Amino acid sequence: MDEPTKTGDDARRVVSTRRMEAIVAALLLLFGALFLYQSYKLGFRWAVEGPQSGFFPFYVALIICGASASVLFGALRGHMGSDVETFVARGQLRQVLAVLIPAAVYILGIQLIGIYVASAIYISLFMRLMGKYSWVKSVALGVVICVLFFFMFEVWFQVPLYKGYWDVTQWTGY
Amino acid sequence: MQDLSLLFHGFAVVLSPFNIGLMLLGIVLGVIIGVLPGLGAANGIAILLPLTFTMPPTSAIIMLSCIYWGALFGGAIASILFNIPGEPWSVATTFDGYPLAQQGRAGEALTASFTSSFVGAFVAVVMITFLAPIIARFALQFGPPEYFSVYLLTFCSFVGMGKGSPAKILVSMMIGFALSTVGIDIVTGQLRMTFGFESLMKGFDFLIAVIGLFGIGEILLSMEEGLAFHGTSAKINPKVVFETWKKLPTYWMTFVRSTIIGCWMGITPGGATPASFMSYGAAKKFSKDGDRFGTGVLEGVVAPETAAHAAGTSALLPMITLGIPGSPTAAVLLGGLLIWGLQPGPLLFAEKPDFVWGLIASMYLGNVAGLIVVLSLVPLFAGILRIPFAIIAPVIIVICGIGAYTVNNSMHDIWFMLGFGVVGYVFKKLNYPLAPLVLALVLGNNAENAFRQAMLMSQGSLSILWSNGLVGGITTLALIMLFWPLISKLIHAVRPARPDKLAEQQPVD
Repeated sequence: MDEPTKTGDDARRVVSTRRMEAIVAALLLLFGALFLYQSYKLGFRWAVEGPQSGFFPFYVALIICGASASVLFGALRGHMGSDVETFVARGQLRQVLAVLIPAAVYILGIQLIGIYVASAIYISLFMRLMGKYSWVKSVALGVVICVLFFFMFEVWFQVPLYKGYWDVTQWTGY
Repeated sequence: MQDLSLLFHGFAVVLSPFNIGLMLLGIVLGVIIGVLPGLGAANGIAILLPLTFTMPPTSAIIMLSCIYWGALFGGAIASILFNIPGEPWSVATTFDGYPLAQQGRAGEALTASFTSSFVGAFVAVVMITFLAPIIARFALQFGPPEYFSVYLLTFCSFVGMGKGSPAKILVSMMIGFALSTVGIDIVTGQLRMTFGFESLMKGFDFLIAVIGLFGIGEILLSMEEGLAFHGTSAKINPKVVFETWKKLPTYWMTFVRSTIIGCWMGITPGGATPASFMSYGAAKKFSKDGDRFGTGVLEGVVAPETAAHAAGTSALLPMITLGIPGSPTAAVLLGGLLIWGLQPGPLLFAEKPDFVWGLIASMYLGNVAGLIVVLSLVPLFAGILRIPFAIIAPVIIVICGIGAYTVNNSMHDIWFMLGFGVVGYVFKKLNYPLAPLVLALVLGNNAENAFRQAMLMSQGSLSILWSNGLVGGITTLALIMLFWPLISKLIHAVRPARPDKLAEQQPVD
């Protein structure tokens, strides 16, 4: 990760802490409202046999709504989170997404070709693209680590891992 | 006296070659987990938990608890040598530990830190040995109202003793409870909160939440910095060790004070992180060298490390006696007990003495073994931090993915893990605490059942929570904790307090 030193563009902020504070609180409020609605539908009162299924979640959702509304209110009024403070700068966000998006693709890869092959490809590409290692080193380490995992899980501990939609490691017999 | 003979029986259980091997393996794995950023005790144990399903429970708990001790030791290595706290509870250790390392006294700092960790943990284990059977016997008389009031106290303590916004602590905790209700309601058998998605039928496993929130979230945070580690190297030789040991007895008062703070914060769900900060603050206040704290004083390493270890260890006391964990890591161990088919709580002492006393004996031996392992292998562990992040990061993500899959052999869980990772990243940056969320997710079902049963007993009247002295006392204490932020505001309005600079640097745990 020998990123060039932070340029002006990298340091520019994407969102301030206060705005992020408000966005997250609003999302949590929505989450609480959804749960409130669901527990209302389930029934949150007393039936003959005692409290209904929605009884406990109803009050939990009520507290979520109340507390997140207070955070939202604080953020809108300017009590919570500052305008000056940066929640995430552009360069930071790029770094985070550079891990997050490949991780999502990797998980999709697990679903299709199984944990072992997807992991080997993921580690190799990560080393090559983020760490600027040579192809030989990257691929070698990726393969070695995954072969090690294969023996550890399938052979020694006998915990079978996900082989994927197309089982490309079927020839190993595990 | 009977307890002591049970303890010796426990030692006999632990001292088999197989268990000793697992113990050493656990310690080494734990130190590695503690040193690496992105892998902490809680998610490290969560990932390794599925590997122990086939082991006998006693051996499994020995290995997992030793990972915990190892992680507690390991956090200090990264703090002192690299100024990067490997774990949140070792943030306070960086204040004096890193300056000491820069002065070339890393060996002294590490020895002092390991030794004080050991002392803190040892006293906490002695306390557990004597208190656990008493509490367990006492708790046998608990009914649903008592249990619910203890749960209430646990969760209200987060609000009362936590740092940061009470509203955020509440939100985080209630999200945990809300997620715990997803799936089948075990009382009525009804499906609830699934919003029609079949994949939500089994609910959210808290191990997935732990791996995502702490593992993936931490990696995303570390990536922001574009991590490159710059550290000092350390050599520990017996001479340095013995010379440091000669100095340590002069700090006996710091040891006593920090151990008391640590044990208290561990039993109540304050946790190791606030304990280490409180203890550092107290040492700074009462020490003769108070002004020199922060420039590299040995006492400034002793205080937080003693308290963190005492707290980390005593967090297991409520876990084994009441089934209520005092920290996320204790919660993961509790999850392990349930998976191995053991019901944590007072009955465990009567039904599985081998297991309980084996665990307690392994705490003694694990800490002795841990001290020896870390003192002799420091350069090796410090070397791990020199592996470039571009190799470590993808490997940790792969390990998290495998760990998430093995919990229930479910592909959905890996996606949930990623989701929890994003939540963990955002929450951490906005100072929403994660520990209450995890504990609520673990205890949600039990707390709800205790509440429903208590309500059934009283036909829906809350007065049952004050029906006798015991339950009334606990409930009242819980409410005081819940409203403590308001109460302390009132007190401060009458008597303004001095601003606390130290508290500002404390991470929200």
